[in-house]
Amino acid sequence: MGWIKRVIALTAKDIRVELRTRYAINSLVLFAVVTLVAVGMTIGLQINTPSLHAGFIWIAILFSSLQAQSLSFVKEEEAKTGDLLRLYTDPGVVYIGKLLFSFVLSAFLAVVLIVLYIFLMDLSVPDMGQFIVMILLGTIALASATTIIAAIVSRTAMKGALFAVLSFPLLLPILIVAISGTESILTGVKWTVLFDDIRILIAYPAIVVTLSYMLFEYVWNE
Amino acid sequence: MADNTTNKLQLNVKSVSHRFGRRRVLSDVSFRCETGDAICVTGHNGSGKSTLLRILSGLLVPTGGDVELIKGGTKLGKSERRRALRLVSPEISLYESLTGFENIELVTKLSGVEVSQSEMESALEEVGLEGRGDDMFGAYSSGMKQRLKIATAMITEPAVLLLDEPTANLDDAGRERIYHIMHDFQVRGILIFATNEKQEVRFGGQVVGLD
Amino acid sequence: MTKILKFGLLIYFGAVIVFAFIKPPPLTGQTWSDGSRIFYFHVPQAFVAFVAFATSMIYSILYLKRRNPLDDRKAALSVELGLVFCILATLTGAIFARIAWGSYWNWDPRETSILILLLIYAAYFALRQSVTDERRRASFSAVYLILAFVAVPVFGLVLPRVYESLHPSDTIVSGGSIDLRGYVAAIFFSSMACFLAIYYWLFNLGGRVISLEYKRLEELDAG
Repeated sequence: MGWIKRVIALTAKDIRVELRTRYAINSLVLFAVVTLVAVGMTIGLQINTPSLHAGFIWIAILFSSLQAQSLSFVKEEEAKTGDLLRLYTDPGVVYIGKLLFSFVLSAFLAVVLIVLYIFLMDLSVPDMGQFIVMILLGTIALASATTIIAAIVSRTAMKGALFAVLSFPLLLPILIVAISGTESILTGVKWTVLFDDIRILIAYPAIVVTLSYMLFEYVWNE
Repeated sequence: MADNTTNKLQLNVKSVSHRFGRRRVLSDVSFRCETGDAICVTGHNGSGKSTLLRILSGLLVPTGGDVELIKGGTKLGKSERRRALRLVSPEISLYESLTGFENIELVTKLSGVEVSQSEMESALEEVGLEGRGDDMFGAYSSGMKQRLKIATAMITEPAVLLLDEPTANLDDAGRERIYHIMHDFQVRGILIFATNEKQEVRFGGQVVGLD
Repeated sequence: MTKILKFGLLIYFGAVIVFAFIKPPPLTGQTWSDGSRIFYFHVPQAFVAFVAFATSMIYSILYLKRRNPLDDRKAALSVELGLVFCILATLTGAIFARIAWGSYWNWDPRETSILILLLIYAAYFALRQSVTDERRRASFSAVYLILAFVAVPVFGLVLPRVYESLHPSDTIVSGGSIDLRGYVAAIFFSSMACFLAIYYWLFNLGGRVISLEYKRLEELDAG
């Protein structure tokens, strides 16, 4: 049975379980809302330039994403189902399966955040298409770069705090490009200006994912 | 004698020892067996029975010694080993938020095998769970969970079945069913089980004591 | 290292320091010219930090291949040493920034990248502390180091690009062009050699201690 079918089986399982328990979705939405409301209520009106908006959006996305990401692997270990996956399939399948699931979660997060942000922070977006693409790409890039770190952290003692600390070097390039790109978009630019940023947002995670795929078995099989 | 030897699987455990940090849990465990054998691993709690089974299943790499699986003269590689061995243990659970059928389906798909609905149903029947396939695993009683775990392990037709406390949580009827399954399996595979129950030791041709 | 070499290094390094201050500074024509002497120390420190990081990554790859716990320990040792040089580089950089531009920190790309390196090292140790099983700790550390190392050159390439699109370079850390004239080159490369030698010496020393520790542990285990 094809490798792809196995990966899909894994991702489908994660999606199905997630829809039934809403474990990650809930915490995602909660974090996004809390962050937006807390800041909005206090200094919300002072965030009125493209650069401030860009920074703030991505901080909100980052926190929510980190929160939800780590849950996926931690849940497997806590429910004692991690070993089940280890016994029945090889690490590569698990990695790609979890990666695809993180894409789905990220897309969901992107949508939620875009809607909430525009509504709560009264954001006017010159080109909605660009905005959506940038947020979507960035969120997916963030998630894919950190999947393997989530796996590492799920089997250590400290989990939460450690995840943010460890994923930092991998995330930073993405975050920088995403913030700068979003700022440009909110200022109003042509698509051609964004091509460099988009290229990085695709190429860099691709490199990290490829490397992670090769290294994953050393993390998963321990 | 003739052709059966090429299908026979040989399991060699060579001087396996394991320690967690400074604590030594297993010391120089060795034994051999092949298709048709049943091994009972005994020992008081904490003697390393579960650890040994985990090592045999491939989940744990022993700090000393080696485990070999040989088929028709050639040593099996990692992924082939994974397919040949199945472990049922209290430390490994199925997914609470999936139904019985969904769990079986997931596990078989992950190992690259397609099973039909009727195959799944007869697997459930064998362990006495007929009709419960559409219930959530989380809603099963502990006895039912144990039985489903065994059913899922068996449905992929492993060559080696590793059972860590096979009849834990089971009532008399459940036990009988499992003994029946163990007995049947032994003929076509290698059965290795760890138990504290004295009466189950009789199932094992060889007894590996870890005390 | 033999006593002679050690002594020689001490003298050599001493000479470097002395000459760094006796001779005219590498950069002239600015009010903070004298501060540019830090160049002799700051750049080698940063370079050695990078070398240490690269070394630890190599040992990490070796560990994953050979599973020899010594490789893992050596990787950790190199990270430790790298951390020291990294801290030194950050400090000397900050001192220079203060002298040249008035404040210790400027969020300049180069400054930030040394800070990032520092954070990566620190995270490495945080990771090691939170895993108790030896083999798992070693595997995770190795994977992390390899991944982090891949991210590092991206900083060297991504950051400058992004910053250039926003702020055409007005902050130049190296302070304009440093003419590698005769004595400047001599002092600079000597300093580089000294720092590298110090790193190598400490690494070698640490490596031997690790091997001895391991031999001892093996004996205790067997006995």
